[in-house]
Amino acid sequence: MSRLTCRSLAVVLGGRAVVDGVDLALDPGRVTAIVGANGAGKSTLLSCLAGLRTPAGGAVTLDGAPLSGMRPKARARRIAFLPQTPEIAWSVEVGTLVGLGRTPFLGALGPDAADHAAVDRAMAAAQVTAFQRRVVTTLSGGERARVLIARALAGDPEWLLADEPLTGLDPAHQLDVAALFRSLASAGTGVVVTLHDLSMALRLSHRVVVLADGRVLADDPPSVALTPDVLRRAYGIDARLTEGAGGPLIDVVRRAG
Amino acid sequence: MKRLGRPWLFGALALGLLILGALSLVAGKVWVPWSAWTSAGADPRWAIVFELRLPRTLLGMLVGAALGLSGAVLQGYTRNPLADPGVLGVSAMAALGAVLTLYYGVTDATPWLLPVAAIVGAALGVAALLLLAGATSSLVTFILAGAVLNVIASAGVSLALSLAPNPWAVNEIVDWLMGSLADRSVEELRLAAPFIALGCALLLTTGRALDALTLGEVGALSLGMSMSATRWTLAAGVGLAAGASVAVSGVIGFVGLVTPHLLRPLVGSRPGALLWPSALGGALIVLAADILVRLTPAAGEVKLGVAMAALGGPFFLGLLFMLRRRIA
Repeated sequence: MSRLTCRSLAVVLGGRAVVDGVDLALDPGRVTAIVGANGAGKSTLLSCLAGLRTPAGGAVTLDGAPLSGMRPKARARRIAFLPQTPEIAWSVEVGTLVGLGRTPFLGALGPDAADHAAVDRAMAAAQVTAFQRRVVTTLSGGERARVLIARALAGDPEWLLADEPLTGLDPAHQLDVAALFRSLASAGTGVVVTLHDLSMALRLSHRVVVLADGRVLADDPPSVALTPDVLRRAYGIDARLTEGAGGPLIDVVRRAG
Repeated sequence: MKRLGRPWLFGALALGLLILGALSLVAGKVWVPWSAWTSAGADPRWAIVFELRLPRTLLGMLVGAALGLSGAVLQGYTRNPLADPGVLGVSAMAALGAVLTLYYGVTDATPWLLPVAAIVGAALGVAALLLLAGATSSLVTFILAGAVLNVIASAGVSLALSLAPNPWAVNEIVDWLMGSLADRSVEELRLAAPFIALGCALLLTTGRALDALTLGEVGALSLGMSMSATRWTLAAGVGLAAGASVAVSGVIGFVGLVTPHLLRPLVGSRPGALLWPSALGGALIVLAADILVRLTPAAGEVKLGVAMAALGGPFFLGLLFMLRRRIA
């Protein structure tokens, strides 16, 4: 079973410890949400876990092997990463863009039948098959988000790391994407997302890691992790967990005095 | 625009190249009858075709391919349709390197120094560009970095001109700077071809990295691409290809800008799919322009570089006009 772990992870940016001694052992088949205030180190931590940033201290390991010693292609085959502000430079077709997810698998001759099949599966999973011939620049924000997820899935990754995948999506699309992540996890993929929406973190994730000033404040199942005390220390808000019609939610009362 | 099947696109480009190549052997002030072609040197006009027009034609193809491909790679890497060896100051830096060897008058004794100096200049230009703007890959930074390089290079060239030891050196430099394929011999072809071929071969390996860069630098990294390897290949490839081109033909602008831009819609915008077509298309455009300048009814021949600038300038302006919202 694939395990993504980090030990005493530290990142220093501009003299400030953005990630400061983080220990995590992530399990596959679950959705882990990393939450915290702006600047708490969520994105930095996630890019370290994806092997895209070399930490100043500590190490990230995948099944015991350090990511830093892994060949980039080998790492890319196992860990897919969705950046917070995805860039799409050219007006390519949806199918072409999703096909980019097969890059680490391509042989000298380009995509083969297995690659095409993987792209088709990914497009079906993210429900973008219907517009695979459309040009990405003509898509709506919600459609584009799904296409980028399909791109990440095209590599059949063991791990999907997504930086704020729900930001900029309307509530219906947020629910779609959340459901997709849950179903990926139940199929065995390890899903790690950073989130701003705490109620979504409650509903979407199996486990919540709360970061404050680069340190782990809480790391538990969502309803255990997101206590009023933790929320006050992490966000400076008075908030409490309540039960809504659609499930649990975080009721933000006020800024903490 | 409708996307063309790749075999069709390659077929059309190759056919065009074949036709223009044949035309280029025929085109000129002197009409050479068929009997002279087959005279194997007995007819003096045989030399016009095989010792002047043939090397000129092959050089035009090579230079065009190098510039078109360099443009396509630079545009792919910067994710910016305005990138081109000329706009980004790479050609100007190559010209500076070449002009320095003309200035010191060393090219008679050691002719290979000129292409080498041009290649070094071009490679320094690309390296400076990547240093100045590589980390950000923002459109504005790249264009500004290119403007800086252009200013530095043209200042160096002006300095060489104003300090030139004799009027012949000035004449030689000015004449060469304007960019032309006239009176090139097999010698120039032999000098430039290996460098251009090597540079193009390097550039053609960047396709997959350029495809991945469609998702930005973070996206490409997450797909397992090494950005530093891509940068080195790009600097060496553009240095060799564009540098050697400038060395034999002077500065011919806008080929690298126009060619990928015209072909992009035909290949579905994937930067990696644009490389071979841009090389063929660049060869086609330079060859066509060179045939046209040979046919202009003037006492002297219009310089190819001047003609390309006259055509490319308005094109660049039009492109800028369409892109102005994105840049602002």
